Amino acid sequence: MELDISPALVLVLAAGVLVGCGVYLVLERSLSRVIVGFILIGNGVNTLFLIASGRAGGPPLVGTTPTEEMADPLPQAMVLTAIVITLGLSAFVLAMAYRSWQLHGHDEVQDDLEDRRIAARLARVGEPVDRADEGAADLDVEAAEARDETEETPVPPAPPSDQVTLDGEDPVGSGGNPTEPDGPPDPGRAETEEPDAVDQGAGDAGAPAEDTDDSGAEPPRREGDAP
Amino acid sequence: MTWLVPLPVVIPLVAAGLALALGGRSKLQSIISAVAITLVLLAAGALMLVAHTQGPQVVNVGEWSAPVGISLVGDRLSALMLFVSAIVLLCVLLYSLAQGLADGNEGAPIAIYHPTYLVLAAGVANAFLSGDLFNLYVGFEILLGASFVLLTLGGTGERIRAGSIYVVVSLLSSVLFLVAIAFVYTTTGTLNLAQLAERIDRIDPGMALVLQVMLLLGFLIKAAVFPLSAWLPDSYPTAPAPVTAVFAGLLTKVGVYAIIRTQTLLFPSGRLDDILLVAAIVTMLVGIVGAVAQDDLKRLLSFTLVSHIGYMVFGVALANKAGLSAAIFYVAHHITVQTALFLVAGLIERRGGTTSLEKLGSLGRLTPALAVLFFVPAMNLAGIPPMSGFLGKIGLLQAGAELGTPLAYAGVAAGLLTSLLTLYAIVKAWNRAFWQEAPEPLPDTTVPRAMFGPAAVLAAVGVAFAVVAGPLGSYTDSAAADLQSRNPYIASVLVDGERGDGSSDEAVGDQPADAGGDDDG
Repeated sequence: MELDISPALVLVLAAGVLVGCGVYLVLERSLSRVIVGFILIGNGVNTLFLIASGRAGGPPLVGTTPTEEMADPLPQAMVLTAIVITLGLSAFVLAMAYRSWQLHGHDEVQDDLEDRRIAARLARVGEPVDRADEGAADLDVEAAEARDETEETPVPPAPPSDQVTLDGEDPVGSGGNPTEPDGPPDPGRAETEEPDAVDQGAGDAGAPAEDTDDSGAEPPRREGDAP
Repeated sequence: MTWLVPLPVVIPLVAAGLALALGGRSKLQSIISAVAITLVLLAAGALMLVAHTQGPQVVNVGEWSAPVGISLVGDRLSALMLFVSAIVLLCVLLYSLAQGLADGNEGAPIAIYHPTYLVLAAGVANAFLSGDLFNLYVGFEILLGASFVLLTLGGTGERIRAGSIYVVVSLLSSVLFLVAIAFVYTTTGTLNLAQLAERIDRIDPGMALVLQVMLLLGFLIKAAVFPLSAWLPDSYPTAPAPVTAVFAGLLTKVGVYAIIRTQTLLFPSGRLDDILLVAAIVTMLVGIVGAVAQDDLKRLLSFTLVSHIGYMVFGVALANKAGLSAAIFYVAHHITVQTALFLVAGLIERRGGTTSLEKLGSLGRLTPALAVLFFVPAMNLAGIPPMSGFLGKIGLLQAGAELGTPLAYAGVAAGLLTSLLTLYAIVKAWNRAFWQEAPEPLPDTTVPRAMFGPAAVLAAVGVAFAVVAGPLGSYTDSAAADLQSRNPYIASVLVDGERGDGSSDEAVGDQPADAGGDDDG
């Protein structure tokens, strides 16, 4: 049987454009753009699978369609699986972006520890700091204005010191009582948490239970709490 | 005995559902998890025995015969990986249970911890057992999804920061893998590994190279091989101690396993071996230099993890039987040792209140037991003679010398240097945490004895590998021989050379290229 495997140009172009736009967006710092980019790439790759399945055909049911005209069902099954996986993971990343916004007032992916340490060392010796996220200062100003959920001022960009933990701020960040960041979190939170908790629950099915204590499954101290 | 094969995937998944349904009752959840992982351990042990004596065990899921349906294959390599990872999973689970008991479970999102942990176990098992590329992808996604949740457990600021990097990098590597799968399907019309192995020889060599590069890229990111390793030391140390431990032990090794599997089964011509060798050498050196520069114990250990991935890739890249065998041995050794070290780091954090080596000190006097517990796996990692790390390393070096090319000798030299620097980094950490006087008195706490147990067991298993090194060595030798000849794997999946066991045999015919393939997960 002759097999026609020359792909449709439109599909190829569509896949290329989707992946191209996606890569551009993934290179951004903001998590919400990254997730849009990731979804675009995912769709581009799914289109690629459509190309892989060859020419369109009839439903692949024996007796309904002659064998030569059947579509290849396997790539479709794979695309379906990939879509489901992308959906689930996107939901998780969205929840994470939301959580990041709650905590910091923005959802930028921050510099890693080593970068911050180098920046701090350069700042100590008085050299100009060449940081990848130079807009950080502006970002905090912006965040301070944009943030409306709580009245807490956003946390300054993470201090350069050792492992930065924001455990102390969590009760505030998760919609708690903004005036008593150090107070016992539970009573204050029990009242103010409700709407927030619902939000989160809807946002990230299966994600970390944020409405429980923030210290994680590892109730012992993180370094921030060390005496 | 093929009914053993799907158990390591099915049991944890069912248990995860149960544990999720019993979300409020943490005691019941703990029992379910412990029982499930123990069963997985038993099944994996039995599978190892059967695979060793009777050859690869194949299950065609849903009785769809091989190239059409999904096959799960338990051969020597995957059975060993399963067995070792089940040991690690069980120990880490007991450790986290002890930790939960010690701290009281109220307030912690423990309700989500157990189901996620079990799903992670299922994902790891699925990746090891998968006989089909797309199912391997599904396995990766299962374990990645679970790892995202575990890594950001509690959603604290630092974990979200570290988590976002980890998540984005993982997503990208998955997309790369998916693109590779689409390419593979377009060019060969199948995703079944056994059938691929036969067909990939017949396609254009240039295209085969593209497929190899694409697949390798995805796996190298997951295995954290330099220059694709920068995400690891930054994201792992922020998670809770048991989570870091299990990630360090298992997740990168799944990537290494995938590299071993595809390199040996699909691309035995070894056209990228030199590049892999260079990557391995650079990974060893850059990783360990990073570790030397760290003053936080968990970060230091993460860098040694990256560095020692280099050893395994080195063994794979040598592509001779001795190299493969030593690489498999090294994977088994490293899973246990690295996990044990991270568990001990968690104990140190509990005792000293921090893992920063600048603040720690005097632990040797305060808790001699902890000192011993750190010392043994640490020396094992560095490869001090009587222990399994030494045996693994000597095997790799011998294999390198056996190959005898200049690059292989460069790898041998890099391996020796890395081993030395590992010793230096670890001894430095040891001195600062255990021997030096603490700059400030440490908090007056104790470490629950129940948490000691699992860490000690893992450290002991790491040492025990040296005791059983003879049988284990001959096991990995035959595993490597299987991998190199490719025949046992292919013949057991495609029983009559065309299709596997199953009830869809009557559909056999001379199908065109697009008739093969697989179902979705």
